Amino acid sequence: MSKKYLFYPGCSMERSARPYLDSLLAIREDIDVYLEDVQDWNCCGATEYGAVHRWGSHALTGRNLALAQQQVNGTNTLVAGCSACYLNLAKTENYMRTNADVNRKVNRALAAGGLQYDAGTVEVRHLLDIVYNDVGLDKIKEMVTRPLTGLRVAPYYGCMIVRPDLDNRFGNAEYPQALDQVLAALGATVIDFPLKTHCCSGHMTQISPVVAYELIRRLVHSADQYKADMMVTLCPMCQLNLDAYQGEMNGYYKTSYHMPVLYFTQLMGLAFGHDPAELGIGKEFVDARSALANIGVELPAEEEEAAAKPARPSGRRKKEEGLPMPLMPDDDVEEAE
Amino acid sequence: MTGSAPATPRNFLEEVELGTPGDSRLLMCIQCGTCGGSCPSGADMNHTPRQLFAMIRADMREEVLTSNTPWYCVSCYYCMVRCPQDIHITDIMYTLKDMAIKSDFNEEKAGSDLAQSFVDYVENYGRSFEFGLATRQYLRHQPLSILKKASMGLGMLSKGRIDLTPHKIEKIDQLRAILEEAKSFDYVDQEVGP
Repeated sequence: MSKKYLFYPGCSMERSARPYLDSLLAIREDIDVYLEDVQDWNCCGATEYGAVHRWGSHALTGRNLALAQQQVNGTNTLVAGCSACYLNLAKTENYMRTNADVNRKVNRALAAGGLQYDAGTVEVRHLLDIVYNDVGLDKIKEMVTRPLTGLRVAPYYGCMIVRPDLDNRFGNAEYPQALDQVLAALGATVIDFPLKTHCCSGHMTQISPVVAYELIRRLVHSADQYKADMMVTLCPMCQLNLDAYQGEMNGYYKTSYHMPVLYFTQLMGLAFGHDPAELGIGKEFVDARSALANIGVELPAEEEEAAAKPARPSGRRKKEEGLPMPLMPDDDVEEAE
Repeated sequence: MTGSAPATPRNFLEEVELGTPGDSRLLMCIQCGTCGGSCPSGADMNHTPRQLFAMIRADMREEVLTSNTPWYCVSCYYCMVRCPQDIHITDIMYTLKDMAIKSDFNEEKAGSDLAQSFVDYVENYGRSFEFGLATRQYLRHQPLSILKKASMGLGMLSKGRIDLTPHKIEKIDQLRAILEEAKSFDYVDQEVGP
């Protein structure tokens, strides 16, 4: 008797955050969740569409809400795993419900495509909200077969899941607890991460990398100070910025942080006894293998990748162990690929 | 009385208010500075949000629209939840980006090019396209780091985290018709009444 939800995957979850989607699909039966994709959904607009077309951004999400409404059958809850998708859907829904002008204009735009959305029909919620409130900690504890005992995790929420939280679903914009408690239920040691709702730098990696590096550094540095084995996130943008850009950040600051960043669904899958590969573990840039080996989770060596990697031309200079070279963390990143 | 009474903005402040869907509450600003103090990228902004709002009231259109502040907004919403006046600061930043692009005052091309590329992909395919977006952006704005980015791109590819071709939704024409209609609402009217 699984519970049904309408599901909005979003562009990132289908690609750069594929491990997030794969791990969610792997655990959905464990937590009795049935996900029905919204048919022919379009991009949520992220933080960019609205910078060019103010009303267009609401019409863009309005179409997704209208499509979800057509599929309301046994459930009216629309779930998104990506925090940007979640906020864009939730914001348009809230504005349409609370502001007559927004409601009328978005519906007038939707009518041009033969669609309509009745404000209040769909309830937009984040995946973490579903896991914490609907599935619940008791059910999670019940499903744990391989507790994450000894794994120190920094729970990282980022921004858009808890702010502005127009419908007050998390109740605390700066110091939420849901992810902390889910991870604790898995048996992990959860650090009281002071920067849990600070910004991952959002789109700044694309606009001004130096600004982005500083925001990434603050987070990784803090997690490192608390001796976290890894950061655990619930947003594709946060994961991408902290994981894929960690090497560049290290290069910029001449630091050597090694802070893996996994999705909470990946850790749920591990604790539920799933195979790490099925959960997309190993697709991160900052290798989580040694952190997981500490708690007895073995990952196969990346044989194919090592084999596929072309031999370095002998003429090319490479980090030479014998010379007192300054630490170049970028080299490590290249190695990891 | 329903109906749409076209409002003609009398000054820059009204123009910003009118251009922001929903209730921006911009008029309520008491210049307390909580926004700037809460902003993670505030130190790199030309003006804090508070300063920018004072400049909007002073009708300093060109100075506001050339500022890098809206583009350096990371949409973290810290300012908005801490604002004692509940001003929708992040929404206003989006409006200012939109106005900057339309005004020709915009000097923050890395920001506007990213947003415009994003819009182009959404309007052509209905989906975002990370590979194309990042490639266009890096070639134009971070050409010196292109080798590093190419290495990251190969990493993404080998890990199955990127597509080389965009995915198109089925009813792209429907989406385009909706967006076209929505664009006609920009800065034209603000409806009142129930």
